[in-house]
Amino acid sequence: MYLFGYRLPGMSSLILWGLLWEIVGRAKLTFFVPPLSEVIETLFSIIGTPAFQKALLETAYAFSFGVFFAVVIGIVVGILMGKNRLLDELLLPWVNVFLSAPLTALVPVLMVLFGFGMQSIIITTALFAVWIIILNSRAGVKQINRSLVDMANSFGASPMDAFFKIYFWAALPEILGGVRIGIIRAVKGVIIGQLLISIVGFGALFELYSANFLMAHFWAVLIVLFALAFTISEFLAYLERRVSYYAAKR
Amino acid sequence: MISRANLLKVLSAFLLCGAWEIAGRIPVSYAFPTFLDSMRAFFEMIGNGVMLAAYKETLRPLVIGIVISAVLGIGLGLWVGLNNFFDWLFSPIFIVMQAAPLAALIPLLVLAYGIGLTSKVLVVCIMAMPVIVLNTSGAVRNTPESFKEMGKSFLASRTSVLLRIVIPAASPVIFAGLRLGVSAGFIGAILAELKITPTGVGDIITYSRSIADYPSMYAAIFSIILLAVLFLNLLEKIETILFKGNQRGYVSD
Amino acid sequence: MAMSQIKEDSNQTEVVKSESAVSVKNITKNYGDIEALRDMSLEFPRGQLTSLLGPSGCGKTTLLKIIAGLLEPSSGYVEVNGKSVTGPGPDRAFVFQDFALLPWATVLNNVAFGLEMRGVAKSERESIAEKYIGDVGLAGFENSYPHELSGGMRQRVGLARALSVDSDVLLMDEPFSAVDEQTRRKFQEDLLSLVQNENKTFLFVTHSIEEAVYVSDQIAILLPRPSRVSEIIRPSSFRGKGVDNIRRDPEYLDIVDDIWSSLRTYVE
Repeated sequence: MYLFGYRLPGMSSLILWGLLWEIVGRAKLTFFVPPLSEVIETLFSIIGTPAFQKALLETAYAFSFGVFFAVVIGIVVGILMGKNRLLDELLLPWVNVFLSAPLTALVPVLMVLFGFGMQSIIITTALFAVWIIILNSRAGVKQINRSLVDMANSFGASPMDAFFKIYFWAALPEILGGVRIGIIRAVKGVIIGQLLISIVGFGALFELYSANFLMAHFWAVLIVLFALAFTISEFLAYLERRVSYYAAKR
Repeated sequence: MISRANLLKVLSAFLLCGAWEIAGRIPVSYAFPTFLDSMRAFFEMIGNGVMLAAYKETLRPLVIGIVISAVLGIGLGLWVGLNNFFDWLFSPIFIVMQAAPLAALIPLLVLAYGIGLTSKVLVVCIMAMPVIVLNTSGAVRNTPESFKEMGKSFLASRTSVLLRIVIPAASPVIFAGLRLGVSAGFIGAILAELKITPTGVGDIITYSRSIADYPSMYAAIFSIILLAVLFLNLLEKIETILFKGNQRGYVSD
Repeated sequence: MAMSQIKEDSNQTEVVKSESAVSVKNITKNYGDIEALRDMSLEFPRGQLTSLLGPSGCGKTTLLKIIAGLLEPSSGYVEVNGKSVTGPGPDRAFVFQDFALLPWATVLNNVAFGLEMRGVAKSERESIAEKYIGDVGLAGFENSYPHELSGGMRQRVGLARALSVDSDVLLMDEPFSAVDEQTRRKFQEDLLSLVQNENKTFLFVTHSIEEAVYVSDQIAILLPRPSRVSEIIRPSSFRGKGVDNIRRDPEYLDIVDDIWSSLRTYVE
């Protein structure tokens, strides 16, 4: 987008939307939208409160464990599927099913199996993230250029060497792409888990605020959450670009 | 003669159901029914009409929400993809929405619109729409330059270029966005039924959990996952029929 | 030099006196600060094939797209049949390097695309398209999709599409660069008979010296940075000796050698 010959930065329209929000809030069109300035004021006032920090900490805890399990299991299973045809054919249909299945329906099962606590949220988070990581790691191993493998063999590389020096690096851009999408899904998973098991983290905070009609508080938490989620996804995209610079050229 | 691929599919389904059955028999948890018990509950609920009544309830917000998201999402996506100003104006909103956990908006929607159909439709929409918009606009923006040049050099009008070249070229990616949107819409619909008010399938899940009728609960969950998968497969079939020539192999090489 | 600048052989009378179908007058094209073409003027004689030959980055495709009306020159103008070019027109048809076939349309619909855009009725455009599909040797493939065809066959579809709109001028942007060597040779032979049989003017961009000398009535050699016409060569003696003898004709070999010696310093 160009204005008077100057290139406007990509996300600069958000300022315009923020302004619109402020106007709608000031005009008192609806009770549910307080002015942005009030929301941001509230944001700074609640950011230091123990309730907010506890929610953030609990969410970060569930998120990190969920992502950790999803990444480790996802990459290992994905690479194994890419290398072993039988395993691939046995698992692929199910990976595809769970990739697009409404996983929210599984949360009640997790609740009765693992209790109304952290464990269920961690598993929900991992469930949201793991399938795409598996699928991308598998695709990464499958697309490896035949002549790279032949090259390694012709220079006498051992299977171990071939794996760590060829397969891993050749599949890395796809694996990272999968991890990135997986983590974005995990952010959604951890929030959905907390909403359904609403006694921990932000889920509890949302209950509290909406029960007391604290609109500015509610929006403040939403902004923090959205900003965090967006930052994470942009950061991962940046990392992916750093690593996959060679991917486009192969 | 059954092909190896189909044989393995059957085998893999058999293995998973077998594992479920064995885990239920041990049992790994008091709340883990066997596969056969769950299937019995599944067919029982189909037989006595419980399932049908539930799906009438569940599918309403889902279908309305998906139709709204598809029409609005593709329309907006085309607009954003074709016009630099609207790209600048709207894309950031949808990029943030795509990355953000929009489920967090649900308590607010309930406050604003109550616990009725409107809230549920909106939940489906906010889950399904961003990916449809972003896929459509991205696909339109990435129409191969040589296709557009070809259209121009053979004297196609702007409308012809749009209708005969840009949209068909973008359609596989638009369809992929639609599939992702539908899948997210299912997540939203179930989330709404579990979080806002228990109706339809969400009601079966919540109610049978509260009376510890676990086979029915698992059967209901099984049915919604099955429905989502069947529906997405149907969408894929429609796509391959509609766009015969778009099979991979030409566009990409 | 044996063939020298714009050699006008007296036994090639119809060549010398023929008028231009396309004239390029003082074209300059800038991309920001980069000067892609500088003050370029060129004449393309009617009914003949003129090659634009040069190393990569010499602006030959840019020039072709300006003639096609797909790009606007920064200054200067192009005339086709005496009329100034303001955009794409019915007097020119383009053959694309990457074929630019619509993957969702059948061969028949791809070939008929140009006619359809001109508002030709369905039955008429299909019968015209069928004729040209037959002419390029693809009869029987009318209902195939591009992904079912080989690279060479795809370019035949692109050629049929350009021929079917019956334009005076055919603009070909490295049309054979994406097909294999044998197909390419066949294409070159077919192109020679096309130039003879169709009363059209061909503008042909290529980076292959042998190809340019083999198919051209006139070769314009472009040099890069900034792009300019360094030389215009008219092979004269081997045209009439039959396609099989061209590649061992001494003049053919001399021209190829001379072009290479003038281009080699620009190849890094």
